[in-house]
Order: sequence, then structure tokens, then C-alpha cells
Amino acid sequence: MRTTRVLGAALLAASALLLTPAAASADDATPTPSASASGGGSSESAAPTEAGTGFRTATAIQQGQKASATASTGDYLYWQFPAGAGQRATAKATVTLPEAKLRHGAATWQLDVFDGLRRRQACASGESTKRASETATTVTLTCTLRPVRQWAERWSNDPLPGAYYLRLTVADVPDQDLGLAARAEVEATAESAGGAHDGGGELGAPLHAQSVTEPEDGWTGGWFSDRWAWTLGGGALAALLGVGGYTLTRHPRRRWGARPPAAAQPPGQGYPDQRY
Amino acid sequence: MIITRRLVAGAFAALATLAAGAPPALAADEAAEKAPKVELVLDVSGSMNARDIDGQSRMDAAKQAFGEVIDATPEVVQLGIRTLGSEYPGEDKVIGCRDSKQLYPVGQVDRVTAKASVAHLKPTGWTPIGYALRAADKDLGNDGGTRRIVLITDGEDSCGKPDPCDVARELAAEGTHLTVDTLGLAHDDKTRRQLSCIAEATGGTYTSVQHTDQLSGRIKQLVKRAADPVEAPPRAVQGATGQCTNAPVLGAGIFTDREKFAEHRWYRVKVNPGQELRAAVSVSADRAVNPDYGVRLRAVSEKGQELVRGSDAGSGRTDVLSTGLRYPVAKQDKKSDGSRPDPETVCLEVANSFSAPDSVKREPGLPVELAVDLVKAPDNASDVAAFGLGRGWVLLGVLGGVGLLAGLIWGWLARWRVAVWRAN
Repeated sequence: MRTTRVLGAALLAASALLLTPAAASADDATPTPSASASGGGSSESAAPTEAGTGFRTATAIQQGQKASATASTGDYLYWQFPAGAGQRATAKATVTLPEAKLRHGAATWQLDVFDGLRRRQACASGESTKRASETATTVTLTCTLRPVRQWAERWSNDPLPGAYYLRLTVADVPDQDLGLAARAEVEATAESAGGAHDGGGELGAPLHAQSVTEPEDGWTGGWFSDRWAWTLGGGALAALLGVGGYTLTRHPRRRWGARPPAAAQPPGQGYPDQRY
Repeated sequence: MIITRRLVAGAFAALATLAAGAPPALAADEAAEKAPKVELVLDVSGSMNARDIDGQSRMDAAKQAFGEVIDATPEVVQLGIRTLGSEYPGEDKVIGCRDSKQLYPVGQVDRVTAKASVAHLKPTGWTPIGYALRAADKDLGNDGGTRRIVLITDGEDSCGKPDPCDVARELAAEGTHLTVDTLGLAHDDKTRRQLSCIAEATGGTYTSVQHTDQLSGRIKQLVKRAADPVEAPPRAVQGATGQCTNAPVLGAGIFTDREKFAEHRWYRVKVNPGQELRAAVSVSADRAVNPDYGVRLRAVSEKGQELVRGSDAGSGRTDVLSTGLRYPVAKQDKKSDGSRPDPETVCLEVANSFSAPDSVKREPGLPVELAVDLVKAPDNASDVAAFGLGRGWVLLGVLGGVGLLAGLIWGWLARWRVAVWRAN
């Protein structure tokens, strides 16, 4: 099934390449704006030191890359990172607060995560909103998303492969403290959610993946899943037990292939089970 | 593997383009190849003499920062400088409130002349911020590129009319991608409120400057930000307010519009069979709004049936409230005469539940950004599990049990068959 699909896709690709060489190569040649802004696609590239100010200007970061930005309290800072199917992504932001002597009170900082369609994503765990006391120097926010699914009903809000936006801002602060210099560091990591979350189906294309680089395992999470091990193991077990069950129905003395010494028996005086 | 997939994706994109045929009426395809433009607007009013920035006068701090900024301006950015309150020292408000001068025209920066133009400035007159903003907007022109005004001031508008915050919102509403960033050198409530309001109205930022290095660092950051490439230049569009039938037809791209409180805006998208419509909408809160608000995006068929919706609600401080949806259209066979099946028209309805205190202006409406994308859509889940594979101990038990049973039955059948054969 999969092979057919890949073959089909390859055929389509070949035909499309022949038909429209310009269009196909343009896809590769066009530099992805945010990726170039963040210093290229390789993992060795320097970490971005600026954040975007909106969804359209969100700075692209890679999984495991630490990005930083200087900002004024009250700014809305945007980043985007990729997540593929089967991954459980965690975003972490550390804010270095303005000098305590300039501040007038406690401030609530908030980290929001949106998917590639700008839909708010729930944090399954982590502290995405935190109140920093008047004397605190840093505040750390985390948000762990639900595992990314391969496919979801169009009515659902489930996380899907593609880009995820991070928005960091101060949600509540004394008015006098707006505009003070602060510094933010963010990092997005992802771990495999395990075979229990390996779903079927496939999206036509990842959500808004123009600017972010594909995760190592690809958007669809690769073909391997521990479901293969379970299913193959189950098949093998069934085969073994099948042979076992068949053997059980044989006569105990014939069960293991032990043949009776037939020559010693006079003809006609066989075992009672000889008729079998 | 990844390369293959990219190729395939590219090919799909190419095919989708082919399949879409002629581009629809409105496609945001104009690339913003125009040079980004930034104008620094510096307050040179009398109060800039105050010495409260690291022991320096505000004016000296600003001059020093300007020197550093001019040196650090990226080549691609066209920079201009405008002053306000630099000429007229007198008391006549009418003259004082028209005192704004373009010190250095917007263009490729000549570092020496640009610096020299700033060096001779002396704190002098009034603070006509609203007037200066309008003038700065004219200086920047409008060729479709990124436009940014960086306003550095130490006080609120001393002229009152026009209100700089209204001016900022008015300029932003012209749909010319203007952002105003403000930096305050004084820290009183009135200044902060006014500068925050100007920044909020245009999607800019407000910074309260405490140190010289913070001033230069921030201006450099803002100038550099203008040079950052953006994903795609948005295109202004006006959605229908009443119903879908006369709504503008959009293709893939990013569009901007304005939507008043409690207003609905309609757009249409033609989706070919086998394509998936993806739409995301953001409604910006560019003014003081009441604490609870919401936004809703609906995809509705031409007959008025709701296909799918996205919504979000929030409360408290926010810059934008957004939501999105996706709607795949199933593949269809070609028509009997061999022509392509007709595309399905999907109506998109954007609604918001923002509200504001009575004192807040209703016009122009809130900025709306609508991102529309059309992708190839094999949107089908053959099975909710990966490749239909199973997992867990129950699976093992069931498979093992079935195997055992099958073995037993096969064994008994074999015995019975042999017995029958012997009997015959």
C-alpha cells in the first residue's frame, strides 16, 4: 500500500518535473525567508538572536535550538518551530526580567502555542503562565503539547505535523513597568510519543511549513512503529500456538514423532490406536 | 528520503498550480522587492535638555545613539531623519505645532552627512507628535515595501490636536504596512500612555529608555527589523459585510482587511476537488478593548451550510486573537465530456466579539489578517492506527488464542478425516 503510494508519488513527481521544470525547481530555489533570517537550515547554524513581532514575521527555530531576544516588557515575541507526527513537543521560555529596582510590582508572563493554522494549542502539561514576584530575576515557562497526530478530523483541533508558533508576552503587569528592557530565551524540544500514538492516515501537506525545516524523522514520523513488533510478535505467537494445538490432538505416543517398533509386532495385533 | 519527499511535495505544488489553471481574481503574488524604509523621528523640544540618562542630557544621549545607529544601518535599508520642535523657540502655538523638519531625506545612508545633520541639533520648541507622524508617513512614500517610523520623544504631544494616537491609527488603516515604534525618554504616566497607544495602534512596540546603550541598541534592533524579510506581503482586500454572494474571490495568499466591532466579513475561495482549503485569521486589538473577546472563522457552503469552523476566545492583554480551519474537498472524476470537475466555492466568514469602552473610537475597524492556502489533499484516514497495525497484550492474547484454536481444530479435522478414509 505504502510502496504503491510512494511509487505513485514518484511517478507524479517525474511527470510534474517534466511538465513544469520551472515550477518544481522554484520550490527549491526560493529561499525560505525566516529560515534565512535565522541563519540557514543546518543544525550548526547560529541560534537566532531576534524574535518576530507577529505570525508572519515569527523567527524560525529548530528543535533543540536555543533562541534568544532582547525586548521591551509588553512586546509580543513570536517564534516558530517544526514538529512531526508522533512527536510530543515541549516549549520552554526563560525570561530575564528588568532590573528589580525599576519595577513596580509582580508581573504575569505567558507562553502561548499555536499550530500552523494559528489555532491555539492546549498545553497538556507544564506551566505556561507564571507570576513573577517583584524581586524575582527570572521566570521560566514551559508548555508540553499533546502528541502530534498523523491525521485528524477536519473538525478537530488536534495537533498536526507542521509549524508551531510560540508567543511570549507579559499578560499582566503594572502600567509603569511597560517598556522596560527584558530578555527572553526559548527552546523547543520534541520526544517520540511512542507507538501508542502512531496513527494512520496522512495530511496532504504539513501545516504552514514554508519557513521551518523538516524534523529529522520527517513530517510523517517515518514508517517504523513498535506496532510492527507487537503485530509480528502476535503473528508468530499465533503460528506457534497453532502448531502446538495441532500437536495436542495427536496420540501422546505419536505426538513427538516416536514411532513404535513395528517389526516386533505380529501382523494384526497393532496398537489400539492404529486405525488413526 | 527527505529530498524525495520534498521533490514530491514540490511536484504536488506544481500539479496543484496546473490544476488550478488561471490564477483566481485576487492572488497575493506581488513580491515585496522594494527596499525597506525607516524614518527616525526625533523630538528636539525644549525638555530634551534634561540631564537624566546616565548623567547625560537626553539630547546628547539621542545624538550618541543616532551616531551608532547610522553606522550600523544595514545596506538595504533606506533611512531618513525627521525632527520635531527643532526650529521655533517662541510661544505661538500655531507656529510651534507645525514645527517639524525633514533633516535627512529617506534614502541610501551617507554616514558622514547623516551624522553631521544630527550634530548641530539644539533642544528648542514644541512637541507636535501627530503632525510629525503625518509628515513622516509622507516622507516614506508608498511603494509597497516595509515602512517603519521610530519615534524618539521625551514627552507627550504638547499640541493636543491632532491626537497622535488617532493619527497613528488613521495611518495604519491606510493599508500601507506602516509600523510605528516608540521610545520614551521620560517615564511619566501620560507620556507612556500616549506612546503605548501609538505603538499599539500600528502593531509597533513601546520602549521606556533608561540607559544610553539601551537607546542605541533598541533603535538598531528596530532598524534591522525593517530589513528582515517577511513571509509574503499581505494584500488589502475588502470583504463583503452582508452575505457571501457578492464577496471577493480570494486565491492563496495573505490578505488584510478591517472589521468593526460585531461586524461580519465574507470572502469566497474556489477549491478544486482534491484540494484542501486552509485558512487562518488574526484580528488585532489595536486599541483599548474590553477584557473578554473572541474571534470566529466559519467555512460555509454556497447554500449556507456550515462546513467547518474555528474559534478562539481570550481575556486580558493581547495583540491579536487568531483561529484557523481546514476543509478538504474530495476528489471527483472528470465530467462525461472529459472536462475538469467544477471547483467548489467555499465562503469564509470572519466574525469577532471584541468590544470597547464608549470613549474608544470605532472607526476604522480592527485590522484583520487572513491567510489562505490551497494544498493537495489526500485527507483520508484508512485506519486510525499506523498501517492498521495493532499493539498491546490483548492483541497478543487474541492472536495466540486464535492460533491455538485453529491448531486444535485442524488437528481434530485431520484425525476425523483419516478415520473416515480408513473406514472406507
